[in-house]
Amino acid sequence: MAGSDTTAQASADRSAPDTVKILIAGGFGVGKTTMVGSVSEIAPLRTEEPLTMAGLDVDDLDGVEEKRATTVAMDFGRITVSDDLVLYLFGTPGQQRFWFMWNDLALGALGAVVLVDVRRPKSSFAAIDFFERRNIPFVIAVNGFHGEHPYPVEDIRESLTLPESVPVLLCDARERESSRDVLIALIDRLIAQAAPAG
Amino acid sequence: MGGSDSAGRLVRPFTLTGGRTRPSRADFTLITTVTAADPQPETAARPQPEHLRILRLCAEPVAVAELAARLDLPVSVVVIMLCDLLEAGRITAHPPHPVTRTTPDLDLLQKVREGLGRL
Ligand SMILES: Nc1nc2c(ncn2[C@@H]2O[C@H](COP(=O)(O)OP(=O)(O)OP(=O)(O)O)[C@@H](O)[C@H]2O)c(=O)[nH]1
Ligand SMILES: [Mg+2]
Repeated sequence: MAGSDTTAQASADRSAPDTVKILIAGGFGVGKTTMVGSVSEIAPLRTEEPLTMAGLDVDDLDGVEEKRATTVAMDFGRITVSDDLVLYLFGTPGQQRFWFMWNDLALGALGAVVLVDVRRPKSSFAAIDFFERRNIPFVIAVNGFHGEHPYPVEDIRESLTLPESVPVLLCDARERESSRDVLIALIDRLIAQAAPAG
Repeated sequence: MGGSDSAGRLVRPFTLTGGRTRPSRADFTLITTVTAADPQPETAARPQPEHLRILRLCAEPVAVAELAARLDLPVSVVVIMLCDLLEAGRITAHPPHPVTRTTPDLDLLQKVREGLGRL
């Protein structure tokens, strides 16, 4: 008889949902936070990590207050997929100097959406490189600022030297349906990769 | 007899738990869900105010990242408190659904696909 331990475990397991996550990545200011906000069922939440602590691996909280000045912010949203499964969307910090955070964020992610600003596609090049190197599945979502898409998908694919296997979609990060369709495209890609050929 | 600060820090966790390994930060990812144990264990030690705030917020299962955002505290700080609470038997932790590239979980993906389709 293990008493209260097993009781607590059982009650937690009964109600705690499984969780998965997808990253919304891309260069600085491409619309990551906007996309998280447009599909999330809650207003996007934000956590701020003091930079001095991010790389620290000891339980040393001394002086946290003084060091809080420099922080790296991360926003995220939530989609309840079913009773027992919740999907989290994490907008990665855009500035390149914060990319050390991405390794942690990428761990255990289903995949990623790399947002591309239609006016300056190369600003997301480093993000594409990040996921390619780590073999993390991703799709490209070209965010048309002001809803405009002046270039065909093939031109963008070419300018980013993307292989045919990477889906490229045009989107409007402000629109819920548009952002949802981007997520569905990512899941479809994952399903296609997972399903046995044929 | 205190000894130096840093030595104290190294030794303390093990003396507190009688040699058992402490719950580690690795037990808490951003999307690990935590739930307050119900009933709470009966111990002499009263939880600190910050711990009580956490327990209130996780009466229903809540992800670590959400908890940090609602507490307006850095995730790294919240995780340290969660380690204490887990060790004290005041919360349970539910790890994220495991994701592996080599053996993708088709059922899980279908479920996500269907959920997104309903949005
Ligand atoms: N007109 C228009 N504005 C947009 C669109 N997407 C984003 N914006 C605006 O562009 C700015 C940057 O968008 P964010 O969503 O904050 O971009 P971000 O990628 O999160 O930026 P960082 O986190 O700073 O890298 C904001 O002022 C948005 O309101 C869009 O599709 N159309
Ligand atoms: Mg942002």
